Formats: sequence, structure tokens, C-alpha cells
Amino acid sequence: MNGQYLDFEKPIQEVVQRIEELRRIARTEDLELNEEIEKLGKKLERLRVDIYRKITPYQRVQLARHPSRPYSLDYINTVFEDFIELHGDRVFRDDPSIVAGWARLSGQSVMVIGQQKGRDTKDKIFRNFGMAHPEGYRKALRLMKMAEKFNRPIITLIDTPGAYPGIGAEERGQAEAIARNLREMILLRTPLISVVIGEGGSGGALALGLGNRVLMQQNAIYSVISPEGCASILWRDDGLKEKSAKALKLDAESLKQFGIVDEIIPEPNGGAHSDFEAAAASLKTCLATHLKQLSNIKPEELVNQRVEKYAAMGAYSE
Amino acid sequence: MSWFRKEKRGPKLQPKKVIPDNLWVKCESCGEILYKKELEKNLMVCPRCDYHYGFEPFQYIDLLLDRDTFVERDEGLQSQDPLKFVDRMKYSERLESAVKKTGRNEAVVAGEGVVGGVCEVQFGAMDFSFIGGSMGSVVGEKIARSIRRSIEKRQPLVIVSRSGGARMMEGIFSLMQMAKTSAFLGRMHELGLPYISILVNPTTGGVTASFSMLGDINIAEPGALIGFAGPRVIKQTIRQDLPEGFQRSEFLLEHGMLDLVVPRKQMKNTLVQLLNFMVD
Repeated sequence: MNGQYLDFEKPIQEVVQRIEELRRIARTEDLELNEEIEKLGKKLERLRVDIYRKITPYQRVQLARHPSRPYSLDYINTVFEDFIELHGDRVFRDDPSIVAGWARLSGQSVMVIGQQKGRDTKDKIFRNFGMAHPEGYRKALRLMKMAEKFNRPIITLIDTPGAYPGIGAEERGQAEAIARNLREMILLRTPLISVVIGEGGSGGALALGLGNRVLMQQNAIYSVISPEGCASILWRDDGLKEKSAKALKLDAESLKQFGIVDEIIPEPNGGAHSDFEAAAASLKTCLATHLKQLSNIKPEELVNQRVEKYAAMGAYSE
Repeated sequence: MSWFRKEKRGPKLQPKKVIPDNLWVKCESCGEILYKKELEKNLMVCPRCDYHYGFEPFQYIDLLLDRDTFVERDEGLQSQDPLKFVDRMKYSERLESAVKKTGRNEAVVAGEGVVGGVCEVQFGAMDFSFIGGSMGSVVGEKIARSIRRSIEKRQPLVIVSRSGGARMMEGIFSLMQMAKTSAFLGRMHELGLPYISILVNPTTGGVTASFSMLGDINIAEPGALIGFAGPRVIKQTIRQDLPEGFQRSEFLLEHGMLDLVVPRKQMKNTLVQLLNFMVD
């Protein structure tokens, strides 16, 4: 999944390339360069720690959108077993920007629903850049209700720039689809865990996000509007995206402090894309813990918990 | 060429007649010159083209609730500034100036009143002149409390929405108001209590995508802009011109998103009629 680097990752890229170069020389010239390579390996580790510790809010946004970042299907095929994808909203069509189906998590059957971006150009278009139409949200709701029917927990993976703003989406009721999901998700009599794994883009993310637990990967973002959109509306200049990324407080740590996110799932140094296995393992452990905690709670209590959780969110004085 | 030169003006002998500049207005929609008093008498609806001008919360209260029955609730709730947000001005200053401009604390007026002589309802009306009617923590909380009172008192709920969507300056807190209001509506839905949502020009974004679209009955005033994404954003995304009448009330009715499009003049009668079907 590696191979693409962001601007601020350039020093990392240089060291990676030097290591590769040395390895190649060692191989072709039959030289003993292990000591050098090891030294550079340590340097790479230090560099990753340093760079990622000082990351700015907008760099975090870039990381959340990193072209090499693992997407829903990567996790579904690694963290879960026996995934069988189910399609369609039974009304209009199947929306490939949301994938969903039965799967097992450490043997337990669950419904997993994830927003899916595409890797290459063709795939990106097929997945509509991870931006769902109403039928995507309706498919998700249909399958969440199915999970409820069979008393199976639901896990949603959130990764979208937002719900798609287009003519067809409006004609078929984008707003209604999102609103209905919000109301119905609250009432689900089964455990629901939502994980923001990349971009949590506003209402389009929230429409899959009303978990009993809301988890967030360390380098994911979650926001009411994209920093670019915010800058162009409030400052009338989308060049000020760095400033608005900072102002919006869209990183996992801020959101945990605000009580919006329950737990931050750690990522390897260098982000989830630098070591996918480690990122997946960390997600799996965290999911298992929360699933276990929720498994003995009565259905009515799960609903109450959700209502109270979201009722408490807000900052006002009387 | 002296005949082209302007005459030097001496002091005016006659004082200029004072014509109140707000006596006549030109209709924003059809350009007709209208006598303002007439327009007001016609509930701010152009008699020629039926354009519905913006109405303030208390105008909707007068329009829809029985005279002197409205009691406001939660008027003391005030927005905080959880993000310490600053754009071109501080959010706290933006709030102050909105309070000064509107004379209200926030972008929704909520309370209870009577409709049609007998039916007590929980009622809310949004205020577009307060930071675009945007939904932050206070709007979310006031709507949520109205729903809670509906549940406790077993009364119907009527909300007039008029909003640009979520309030960016409250960041994720404003997004979560969509969750909060929908959560309480979920509770209400289970209990069989009627909720009538009235959407007026404009209703977009996170407000449409939460409580506004969740009415048992969704009604709109004619010609209102109603949608998820704003037309400018859609145009930028698809790089095409938008079809005529796109995202207007009549378009939403045609596409099955609304139960009714009702002119302002008939809104109260319709409301009474509908409530009579649903309330014992």
C-alpha cells in the first residue's frame, strides 16, 4: 500500500529510497552493507516519530485522505473473516460507495458496513470517491435492520468526504435518507460500534455514525465541514484551509476531549498506511474490547444509552 | 460649448419633500412595485407572483397559533464557544451582533401554544436572520427540549424550519445536534405522537438532513429552496447548470419528499385540519 508520499513525508521518502538503494547495491555488488542499512532503519524510525509528533491539523487532514491509507475493504478482508457482501437498497439501485454484509469478528457473526473509496482512477469513479447517494444510506439502514432482526451487532467504518451533492442525490432525497438513518439508528436494539477510519465528512459520515461507541483512528478526522469548504465560506478564500483545519478542531484528540469520541485507536508511527498489519491488529483489538463490553447490555438499555449519549452533546449555558 | 456645461447650483429654496423610502417595495421576484402595507396585509406574499417573503419567528407564531396562547420556553439558553472559533471575526462577537440585530438569543424560538381552539402543541420557528438560521448547540437543545415536552405532555409538535444548516463555528458540536434532535424524534416516533414539519425558504444542510425531513407530515411553503447541498455546491461539483425549479418545494413534492405545498394564507387551516385527523 506504500509508494506515495505527502510533502511533509519527503524526508521519510528520501531515507526509504536510500535504504532501497543500499539493498540493491548490496545485492548486485555483493557487498556487506547491513550495518549501514540498519543505521538508516533506525534513522527512519526516529524520523517517523519526529515528523508525526509535530503534525499540523491540515497535515492530519492530508493523512486522513492519504492515497495509500487503508480503506474499509482492506480492513474488512483482514480484521474480519468470511465476509459476504450484500447489495442494494431494494428501492433504486446498489451504491458501491458503501459496502456491507455479514462477516465474523473472532468467530462472532456481525454486520459490517463501510464507506469505500477507490484506489485507481477507474475504481475511484466506480466508488464515487466514497461519496454515497441516498440509496447507499438506505442500503446501510436495510442491513442494520436485518442485523437487529437476527440480534447481531453492527460495526460501521466511516471514510467519506461527505454525502454526494448532485442532482440525482437531491431528487431521491439525500437529506431524507440521512435524517431517517439518524432516527432509526438511535432505535436499533442491537449493539452498534462506529469507527472513523479516514475522513469523517459531516452528515454523510454521521449517517453511519450513531454508535453506542464511537471510535476513531489516531490520524482520522471528523468534521462538520471540510477545511476547504469552511475556508471558502467563512474567509471567502479556500487557500486558508490550514487556518480553518486548525480552527475546526477535527482531530481525534480534540474530539476525545470534547466527549464526541470514546476511544482513539492508535496507529503505527508513520500512519496506518506505513504498516497496515499493525493498524489492522490495533483496530481488531479495540473492536473486540468494545464488542465484549456491549454484548451483555439489554436491547432497551442499548437504545437508552444511545439517546442519552447524543442528548448530552452540546455546549450551551442557561 | 457652454450649453453642455452644468449650471452652477445655488442653494435650494424649497426643502426636498420627505418620502418615506419604505412605503413602496419592488417585488424581488417579479419586479412589480407593491404598496408595502398591502404586502404586509397579504402576509408578505406578493399578490401578483405569489412570491413568499421571509417571515420571522413571531410572525409564524401569530400566523399559526391562536392569539395570545404562545408561551416561550428556554429563551435563556445561550451559545457557548466550545472551539474558541475565530474566522474573520470572533464567533463570540458574531453571536453578540446577531443578538443585537435580532433581539433574540438564538436562531430558534420555541415554546407552546394552542392551535384551532383546542389542540395544545409544542411549537418552534427558526430565525434566518440569526447567523443564517444555523443550528448550533442551542438550536439543537431547544428543538430537543421541545420534543421532550411533546413526549412528556403527549402533545403534537410543529416546527417551522428556515436554516442554512449546521453552524460551522461550533464545529463537531453543531454536527451532533443532528444526532440529538433525531434521537428525540426517534423516541417520539415510537410513542405515536404527531410531528408536523413546515419547511420554508430556505431550508438546507444539516437541518434538512435531520429534524426537518422527519415529520409525519412534511409541508412546504410554495417556491421554497429545500435541499441537502446548496445549489452552488452542486453546480461546482457536477459542473453543469441546474434544471429549472431544482430544489424548490414543487420539485420536492413531485419527487415524493413532501406531503403538501401550502400557501402561507392557508397554512393554519391546513395545520388544524391535519391535527384533527391525528389527535383525539
